[in-house]
Amino acid sequence: MTIRYQYKGEGAGGFERYGSAHDSDFFVSLFFSMLRIRRIEEEIERRYHQDQMKTPIHLVIGQEATSVGACAALRTSDLLYSSHRTHGNYLAKGGDLKAMLAEMHCRITGCVGSRGGSMHLIDKKVGMAGTSAIVGGAVPIAVGAALATRLKGEDRVTMVFLGDATTEEGVTSESLNFAALKKAPVVFFCENNFYSVQSPLSTRQPPRDLHRWAATYQMPSVAVDGVNVLAVYDATVAAIERARVGDGPTFIEAPVYRLRAHGGAGDDSHTGYRHLAEREHWEAFDPLALYEHFLKRKQLLDDQVIGEMETRLTQEIADAFEFALSSPNPSEEDLFRHVYAE
Amino acid sequence: MPWDEGLVNSLVYDAPDPAEGRVVSYVKAINEALTISLDSDPSVFVMGQGVDDPSAMFGSTRGLQAQFGPERVFDTPLSEEGMMGVCTGAAMNGMRPVFMHNRPDFVLLAFNQLVTHAAKFHFMDNGQTNVPMVVWAAIGRGWGSGAQHSQAIQGLLLGVPGLKIVMPSTPYDAKGLLLSAILDNNPVCVFEHRWLMKKDGIVPEGFYRVPIGKGIYRKRGDDVTIVGASHAIELGMRAAADLEAEGISAEVIDLRTIKPMDEHIILESLEKTGRIVAVDTAWMKGGVCAEIGCLAAEKGFHFLKAPVARVGLPDIPTPAGYTLEQFYYPDAARIAAAARSLVR
Repeated sequence: MTIRYQYKGEGAGGFERYGSAHDSDFFVSLFFSMLRIRRIEEEIERRYHQDQMKTPIHLVIGQEATSVGACAALRTSDLLYSSHRTHGNYLAKGGDLKAMLAEMHCRITGCVGSRGGSMHLIDKKVGMAGTSAIVGGAVPIAVGAALATRLKGEDRVTMVFLGDATTEEGVTSESLNFAALKKAPVVFFCENNFYSVQSPLSTRQPPRDLHRWAATYQMPSVAVDGVNVLAVYDATVAAIERARVGDGPTFIEAPVYRLRAHGGAGDDSHTGYRHLAEREHWEAFDPLALYEHFLKRKQLLDDQVIGEMETRLTQEIADAFEFALSSPNPSEEDLFRHVYAE
Repeated sequence: MPWDEGLVNSLVYDAPDPAEGRVVSYVKAINEALTISLDSDPSVFVMGQGVDDPSAMFGSTRGLQAQFGPERVFDTPLSEEGMMGVCTGAAMNGMRPVFMHNRPDFVLLAFNQLVTHAAKFHFMDNGQTNVPMVVWAAIGRGWGSGAQHSQAIQGLLLGVPGLKIVMPSTPYDAKGLLLSAILDNNPVCVFEHRWLMKKDGIVPEGFYRVPIGKGIYRKRGDDVTIVGASHAIELGMRAAADLEAEGISAEVIDLRTIKPMDEHIILESLEKTGRIVAVDTAWMKGGVCAEIGCLAAEKGFHFLKAPVARVGLPDIPTPAGYTLEQFYYPDAARIAAAARSLVR
């Protein structure tokens, strides 16, 4: 079987039901956010071989709709936790691009002062609260964050991005159980991209739907088309509202496809763990292209507007790389900072 | 865990002199620290398997849920890693959780969150986030505790940057160190010892702190230094008394905190005595004993008049049976023998 994991959504037709739900500015802003992430990722990928970014990278090309759609449902004050594949989550939550690229260039101006690299893109000012490079590591932390906000009486919701493999970690089961028990104001957002590094879901789990598995923890659990930014937004809004009013956690499964390798630049389908035809199949459901098609049909977007966006992004991204590359390196004294808090 | 209650009840400790102050049991001292913390700081909460049950974590959490409510004092699922992560996340967001385990063996289930997350976030995010949390556990010994209910895991954690580890030996310290640990802005492991739980001591009322990272002289002496923490100090003091009767003057240092370790007090004493016996409730290899020995060799080499001696557990898992236990655990006599061998 050349295509192990089929796209099962409604494609371009899936956008229609959301066609009148929002004003035009909102529709276009989602597109811009997705386009921005795509162009940033492409530029990172283009420059990666220069070895100036001495950090692992985990590109989100093909997964922009989940980051953008889900984060659009969050307030700045809401908390977001994430995993190693964090570029899109960070940018969609409002994380600073210059600080992100400086971090990836190991500069002192990086968002975490060159201590984290690309897997620990954190910007607390905008609620990008923490990440873990250990699969499942951020999941109980998000539940704890949610518990804290409730104990303090804060009007905040916590969301955590996790991948399909995260559902295999015991700690994820523990976290879902506890979140449901305590009705913690948390949303578990699972980007199911079917592969953990190069291991397909089929070698890791019996055939099942991840959202049905999560539902056994006695919480609402839904599947949503992960290439449809409007569907993602809609499902996340519902989950956030549940959490905000005290009805507890929700699990969202969004099937998506990683159009690049697990780590590094470029795709690695040629190495044989997945078939090129599978990637090409999913490329036909590129979240950015699908959404562009929908917006153009609704006459909310045209090539001129897109061209203006591209010009703006080219400049912003060039400036951010320039900032990163011209930023100072950390000093030896910086190594000794922040091992312990005062 | 009532099965070892009789054993702990049967242990005999020197009775404190009531003329010196208020006499309180070790467990009660812990209870007071928790009560004061919960009462004075709304960000503190206490969780752990059975903290609200009739045994109340050896009595240390008795009455807390009734006083402070189930939102702030609560039982947990048997999900050690998940709950350690919950504590980490709560601590990262303004709370001061106290996560109690009746044995350190269960903390091993949570090392991923403790070692790789709680201890790392402050560094990894460039100091943006503090992780003020306490991980409390009582080391078991005897009555068949065996290989899986008696592990003293402090040695495994000594090499983890970002963590602090305190090991009180008296009721006074149990309260004062726990209050310090809860107020500390870092993850702090508090390793108690089951055999100290019924020990009485002089404990002031109200709030006070024992500083983290500072050791204390329990006994002054000139010939040999005995240094360790927790229940090893109980044994060390008895050994020192026996040595005194033989004319050997032993100095006993209670480190109170093993990470960060008070190197100054160890070297200060070693400079005077020239001989050192490192004692611990855990394995000698790669742990507190090894670290003290290394310190003596590295920074106190010119003070040494004799080799460093270590008295801790052999490189063997804990046996469950009574007779094997007697061969396994060090006692005061073994500490005294080690000291004697250095002096003579």
